[in-house]
Amino acid sequence: MASVLLDSINKNYGQTSVLRGVSLSIADGEFLTLLGPSGCGKSTLLRILAGLEMQDAGTVSIGERVVDGLRPKRRDVAMVFQSYALYPHLTIASNMALPLRMRQLSALQRLPLLGGLLPGTERIVAEIETEVTRTATLLGIGHLLSRKPGQLSGGQRQRVAVGRAMVRHPAVFLMDEPLSNLDATLRVQMRAEIKELHQRLGVTFVYVTHDQAEAMTLSDRVAVMLDGELLQVAPPQDIYADPDDRRVAEFIGSPKINMLEGVVRERGLIDVAGSTLPIEADALAGAHLTLGIRPEAFHLADHGGQGALTGSVRMIEHMGSDLFVHLDLAGIDHPLIARLLAERTPDIAPGQTLHVGVRPDRVLLFARDGQRLLFARDGQRLRREVESAGASITPIRELAR
Amino acid sequence: MSFITSANFLWRPAAILRHAVLIVTGALILAPFVWMVSLSIRPPGEIFRASFTFWPAQFYGVENYTKALTQAPLPRSMGNGLIVCSLILALQILVCAPCAYALAKLRFPGRDLLFGMVLIGLLLPHQVLSLPLFILGYQLGILNTYAALVFPYVVSPFGIFLFRQFFKTIPDDVIHAARLDGLSELTIVWKIMMPMALPAILAFSIFSVVGHWNDLFWPLIAVQDRSLMPPPLGIMAFMNEEAGNDYGPLMAASTLVVLPLLVAFLAAQRWFVEGLTRGGIK
Amino acid sequence: MSEPLALSSGSEAPSATDGARTLPSLTASLRRSRTLTEALTAWTLAGPAVFFLLVLFFLPVIGVFVIALTDWQFGARTLSFVGLANFREAFADGGFRTSLFNTVIYVLIVVPGTLVLGLVIALLIESGKSCRPFYRAIHFLPFMATMTAMAIAWEALLHPTIGLVNQTLAAIGLPTANWLRDENTALPVLAVIGIWQNLGYAMILFLAGLKSIPKDLYDAADVDGADLWLDRLCTVTLPMLGPVSMFVVIVVALRAFECFDTVKVLTQGGPGHASEVLLYTLYRESFEYLRTGYGAAIAVVFLAIVVTLTLVQTRVMDRKVHYQ
Repeated sequence: MASVLLDSINKNYGQTSVLRGVSLSIADGEFLTLLGPSGCGKSTLLRILAGLEMQDAGTVSIGERVVDGLRPKRRDVAMVFQSYALYPHLTIASNMALPLRMRQLSALQRLPLLGGLLPGTERIVAEIETEVTRTATLLGIGHLLSRKPGQLSGGQRQRVAVGRAMVRHPAVFLMDEPLSNLDATLRVQMRAEIKELHQRLGVTFVYVTHDQAEAMTLSDRVAVMLDGELLQVAPPQDIYADPDDRRVAEFIGSPKINMLEGVVRERGLIDVAGSTLPIEADALAGAHLTLGIRPEAFHLADHGGQGALTGSVRMIEHMGSDLFVHLDLAGIDHPLIARLLAERTPDIAPGQTLHVGVRPDRVLLFARDGQRLLFARDGQRLRREVESAGASITPIRELAR
Repeated sequence: MSFITSANFLWRPAAILRHAVLIVTGALILAPFVWMVSLSIRPPGEIFRASFTFWPAQFYGVENYTKALTQAPLPRSMGNGLIVCSLILALQILVCAPCAYALAKLRFPGRDLLFGMVLIGLLLPHQVLSLPLFILGYQLGILNTYAALVFPYVVSPFGIFLFRQFFKTIPDDVIHAARLDGLSELTIVWKIMMPMALPAILAFSIFSVVGHWNDLFWPLIAVQDRSLMPPPLGIMAFMNEEAGNDYGPLMAASTLVVLPLLVAFLAAQRWFVEGLTRGGIK
Repeated sequence: MSEPLALSSGSEAPSATDGARTLPSLTASLRRSRTLTEALTAWTLAGPAVFFLLVLFFLPVIGVFVIALTDWQFGARTLSFVGLANFREAFADGGFRTSLFNTVIYVLIVVPGTLVLGLVIALLIESGKSCRPFYRAIHFLPFMATMTAMAIAWEALLHPTIGLVNQTLAAIGLPTANWLRDENTALPVLAVIGIWQNLGYAMILFLAGLKSIPKDLYDAADVDGADLWLDRLCTVTLPMLGPVSMFVVIVVALRAFECFDTVKVLTQGGPGHASEVLLYTLYRESFEYLRTGYGAAIAVVFLAIVVTLTLVQTRVMDRKVHYQ
């Protein structure tokens, strides 16, 4: 059981800087996901946390203890690898027993034949065996213990990898894209199992993925990374609805968020794509800014003009309950995507002119540099600030308990 | 990365130990080469004087190498080696490539049988065949000619096998396209497949040339004539004539025989390693 | 190739126009002629190779077996079938038995020596980053150097008076020997030369094996607590090299069984029969004494050994599927 604290971690490979001043505090028992596209440094951060790689600057603490310079073995962490990294020559039982043997038996006791004769060996080996069997049964792989990894299916191997991590009751579970080698159906199933596992064990999980669905469904909080920087750390719903940064908004959500260039006309009004939207912006008249509008923030409107955008339908994607309507707006080169409820939408055809209304409180405003702009009329920002304050005091609450 | 310690906890003495051991083993490996070269530049007097120095007091290299090149007809031997190796390689490619193409890309009755023959051929050590091949050469009246040195190696099961494996990785569409362009099958082999299979050809060439340049067993059986001897046989004949004790020229000759392959190896290490290790699978 | 045709003949069947009804048989005959053409082309392309395979590999092998059953001496006008007499003679003959025994001893020294040294050197090279290509090249040199020439260099090295080996031994006060003329040392010395020649090859195979071990396994071993070099070696490296090691054993054993050049140049099988090996006996009986029938019998024995080893190798390589 332990909280994790990463403080200003830097890492370079030669000339390229992979991590730039990453600081992150993970509460005890939290499920935190590092989310980002491949090459963003999330795996490196996890490996630094595990002790498989050394940071160039910054400190790592696990459970109030600075672990820099400690070998992985001494950090009380367990890791599930993307490739599972099972030892192909060992049986499942031996694979799962290995971390326990390495810790509980001395080098002499581990010797084949001779080690078995030393005092205590037999008892410890029996204990290890019991623990392995218990864990394997828990994971539903008890019947596979005498097999070798090569004889197992992908999902079974995944469970063994989790089991090998579980047997020694680590303080922190590290998982590096553990589901990416599974097919889609199995992935959804294993996702649920991992979530259940976290709830049952109640220990800290740090999970790395590039798949936002995994991040959103599993996590207590998501840490979005891009180009070696941590952009935002927040609960999944906030990452989606209230991103701090344009890049976060663009990374999360499918279909992608619509980004439209706008100009502040006067206080409370923004010109965009030939229309004017009644949005309160914390910017001077004439300022250029970007409006981020999620596809589902649109609704059908009767007429264009004030509060609505007008465009011609380029393409319609039927998704069952919803329609994704691609609209060409005047003066904008990429189409806008609106997600409309199928049952409330009359028949539309490509080429037709369509008006879509926007709820002003669902519009996200970004400055030129990608920073999110606040707007006064809406209470979201305030709410989130309260919440993030709540998250940061969690460790204190733990101490008090 | 390393098996000794993970990269992050590098243990310095281990790195020093690594270099120490490898330099010692490397020196032991190189000792025969060094000794050979060292003797090849010594005058007779210095050879029989015990000493550890590499460089002799009196440099006698010119004399020794001249003797090796004139008294032992070494240039002739090396020329023979070149002729024989190139003939063998050219014939092998000429014979093996079309067969490999048929095996890899065409469907025909008896294909599996043919491939089975190739695999059995791969299994047979050439020394076992030497006796009947010797008799065959005798019957054909070609013993003691260049033909005798070349004919047993005209077809190489390993060559067929290697080329087939490589041709199989070339997409069928390439061949379909070539057929649509009106190329004949033989043209496809030479104009389409061979250029694409260059890595395999290079690997095979090295395997073949190294093997036949170094071969002693068959030339020993096939030729007696001094003027036909390839390098290993030539140098053995030289050794026997010199009654073993004129070490300087003998070592010079050895150095000259070993040199071409060593130089080629150092120039194209990766290809040599590739060609020779793949050949080991034979 | 014939797929599109097969498809069209199938799809034509339901349409009942008169013209289409003849089409299936037409395409079928077309297809037959196409396959015939393809078969002809294939056999034409493979023709030379097939001819030479038959003449240079298959007839000789059959020839060896047939000759082994006769008492033929090369050049003799007559021969008679003697059944297995040649084999009986060989196994009763002290010379052949010694030769077979020597070969086995030679192989039993060369194989473990090459395996262990090749493995250690590969592990050392791979364990650091610096000078890798350099060390690799040096250790690989003997494998491709002309063995006849290098044997001559070894003879100089092992020369009883002026050789570097004895000079060194004398200098540090160790007993010297006439290595190649002493019954007790001749074969072991040849084996050392065999190791010297082959260890670079084993090293290259092991290096390739080491490269193919997934890095994740080492990371997993680290996290699992197997983080000292011996633990890493035992947990990951050696087990993962298992299949490669088996391969190295067989391939080096095959090469060791084919040892000839060093014996021919350095000892001619002597002193006595102390360094007489199988291939050298084969050569001497067949081509120096011209006892063709007897030589062929030895060739058959040699072939049996080599084929057995190769088949074992195939079996082992199949079994390694477990590992992935």
